[in-house]
Amino acid sequence: MSKTVPVIIASLVGFLMIFAFFSPQLLWLRQTAEDWFAIITTIAMVYGGLTLCFHHLKKISDSEAGWGFSAVTLLAFGVTVIVGMLKIGVVPETARNLNHPWSGPFLQEGGGFWWIYQYLFTPVVSTMFALLAFYVASAAFRAFRAKNVEAILLLVTALIVLLGQTKDREITSLFLPAMTDGSTPYLPIADLTEFIRKTIVTSGQRAIMIGVALGVVATSLRILLGLDRSYLGGDE
Amino acid sequence: MNRETTIWTLLFIVGGLSLAYHVQSSERGVGQQFVTPVEIAGRVDSATGVIIPLAVGESREGEGVIKGVRYDKARRETPQAVYSLSRTIGVWVAAILTLCVFSYLYRDNPFYKLVESIIVGVSAGYWIVQYGWTVLVSKVLVKLSPDLARYAFLPETPVDAKPEYLYLIPVILGCLIFCRLIPKAAWLGRWPLAFIVGTTAGLKLILFLNADFVRQIRSTILPLVVLSTNTSGGSDFDWKQSIQNLVIVVSVLSSLTYFYFSVEHKGWVGRISRVGIWVLMISFGASFALTVMGRITLLTMRLQFLFDDWLGLVRM
Amino acid sequence: MSSSVTLLDRLNVLDRRWIFLAMALAVAAPILLGIGSDESPSPPTKRLFDRLEELPEGSRILMAIDFDPNSAAELSPMALAFTRHCCLRRHKIYFVTTWGTGVPLLDATIKTVVQSEFGRGDRPYQYGIDYVNLGFVAGDAVAISQLTSDIRKARSQDMQGTSLDSLPVMNDVVSLQDMQLLITPSAGFPGAKEWVQYAGTPYKIPLAAGCTGVQSTQLFPYYPDQLVGLVTGIRGANEYESMLASKYPVPYAEMSKRPASLRGGPQRWAHRLMISLIVLGNAIHFANRYRRSSHS
Repeated sequence: MSKTVPVIIASLVGFLMIFAFFSPQLLWLRQTAEDWFAIITTIAMVYGGLTLCFHHLKKISDSEAGWGFSAVTLLAFGVTVIVGMLKIGVVPETARNLNHPWSGPFLQEGGGFWWIYQYLFTPVVSTMFALLAFYVASAAFRAFRAKNVEAILLLVTALIVLLGQTKDREITSLFLPAMTDGSTPYLPIADLTEFIRKTIVTSGQRAIMIGVALGVVATSLRILLGLDRSYLGGDE
Repeated sequence: MNRETTIWTLLFIVGGLSLAYHVQSSERGVGQQFVTPVEIAGRVDSATGVIIPLAVGESREGEGVIKGVRYDKARRETPQAVYSLSRTIGVWVAAILTLCVFSYLYRDNPFYKLVESIIVGVSAGYWIVQYGWTVLVSKVLVKLSPDLARYAFLPETPVDAKPEYLYLIPVILGCLIFCRLIPKAAWLGRWPLAFIVGTTAGLKLILFLNADFVRQIRSTILPLVVLSTNTSGGSDFDWKQSIQNLVIVVSVLSSLTYFYFSVEHKGWVGRISRVGIWVLMISFGASFALTVMGRITLLTMRLQFLFDDWLGLVRM
Repeated sequence: MSSSVTLLDRLNVLDRRWIFLAMALAVAAPILLGIGSDESPSPPTKRLFDRLEELPEGSRILMAIDFDPNSAAELSPMALAFTRHCCLRRHKIYFVTTWGTGVPLLDATIKTVVQSEFGRGDRPYQYGIDYVNLGFVAGDAVAISQLTSDIRKARSQDMQGTSLDSLPVMNDVVSLQDMQLLITPSAGFPGAKEWVQYAGTPYKIPLAAGCTGVQSTQLFPYYPDQLVGLVTGIRGANEYESMLASKYPVPYAEMSKRPASLRGGPQRWAHRLMISLIVLGNAIHFANRYRRSSHS
């Protein structure tokens, strides 16, 4: 019972989504399912937020190593939710709604939640991703070695495409003799990059895509037929 | 004090003094932000209680006039621009947090850990608020109680909107996920999960098959002998396009052969799959180069923020 | 002989923080010196540009701003350029995002381009008539599926809480199938791939994408059959800005309107550094191999 009903739910909804593609009469059912999907995932997200709070509260109560950082996390979470849900600093967008103080958009420029997004969230997440530029440089120096044929192919392609991504692809004209018709002599790095992209890169990715598509189809069918129940977790 | 600490102390002192001097001497100011006020005003109709927007030129003072002000970003030289303390503090906070994250490049340190903790909390809170307003209020509350939604949050909700109690089903189904917190009732938490997984599986099955399988195969079925029309109306062998198509077909087939593990990769199958590996290596090399481009752009943007918005050394 | 061996030994144990410093200098110096770089267009970018030029005035364009601050460096210039082009061609624009963290970026695009550059003059762009901000639609890829059948099921009100039925720009617009073109500068999930799978391919809606460099190889197989155009990373944004500058020099030839071109200079120097590091790394590798073989 504990696993049968969920399997039936998954199968029913899944096959409904499939049949709705082929039967316009079922379109309203598909739309309803999509609507419900958004609501259920939202509630699941609230559950996720609660779980985060419990995890960090436990760390604080057990005085585990780094509990101070957990307190900071909880404080940041609490302040963000309160400022956002109460729309602190937000004013109505139109005059006729001035007597509805909570009618303005919660991300209105100048509001408290916007401030948190603009000056806390944005700089930190984008800087964390920017760190990758440094690690990519370090990896290129240490790990990108021509040890075998495959590595050489990877390396040479990377060099060609790196050169082809900027105006430097035209700099090779400095080392070539002038063309007889007077046109500028470029090594066709741009053409080579475009050829590599259109043919080999596209083909390699296409093969991966076809393989992934087959895998997704197989996994989805297994789930819908109840053969794969791993998403339900272990026995209770 | 060891050498490393000495060097860092000196660097901080020099950096701090330079920053202080720059704050004093810079015309643009360091991190200074300006805004222009945007006033929203209306007059309350004493008979109906409805607020009517003020017409252009109409007086903004007097009985029954109600006002609100919000602020838009502006440059210092914009007319009516005023200094914004909250946004200036914001830019300084953003700059300090940026430097704290960059400090990880030298070594893991408490400043980075602090920033990490803050962002975990802020991120989680952001998503809760986003989905709370966008789904729980704008969708669920509007459907279940349009009158309450109109009164409290969304005054533009149609007056003739009727409650749709069918939406109680997804709310109840979603709330079942909280049963995972109760050991005896945790099995009920599988039901909303099953709904999500079933919906996704059903959609993906059809859409992946269409876009990523059938269409991709169709795009690979290309003519290996391409003829193009010449100026005199006849046909010429277009060797460039023919070679291109041949390379595409051979590359796709050889890469697919590599991924076919039901047959041992020996003999001709082994040779073809080796070509497939080469195709994939070239593909990954291009992927690496394009990734590099993306990462460097991120770094450029952060440094532009520090040099333009914060220190005012450049104007972008 | 001993000094070159010493140099090789030093390079073998080079602290990676020197490489970090080199990268920081390679990017910072061009920014401080104001070095930019424009680009000549590649076919996938040009194809999108030409399509927007060819569409008749008043065509309905859905602009899905599906990225967050992590990818804004590459995609924000693209989004600005696409929006500018749509406004220059007087198309109706329907802004939407499937990323919760993309809402302020969507707002910034509207403020920077539509309201600041096209909100005044003889034929100003008017909200509700020429463009609409549908805001965030929840549900990730499932939200895209919802939009293909009924936009009002996904969002019955715009970002300001106004009912969509009261906006003239939404007259005769039921779903994505009523759009002449979908453009999505996007990163990650849900992104251009999901737009192709859930909207473009099944319903044959013309779709063009802008993507990050990381994501681009995954989208190449869709071009040109399933994507009208594909603008890749900061280079693609630079190409698009260059084409806008060429076709509409006033005022889009100014560098202040070309953020991607401003980032082209640091990009160039950083790429040069990367190429040098790869070459140097392999030189060290071969030098080590030679030393090992000469000792054995």
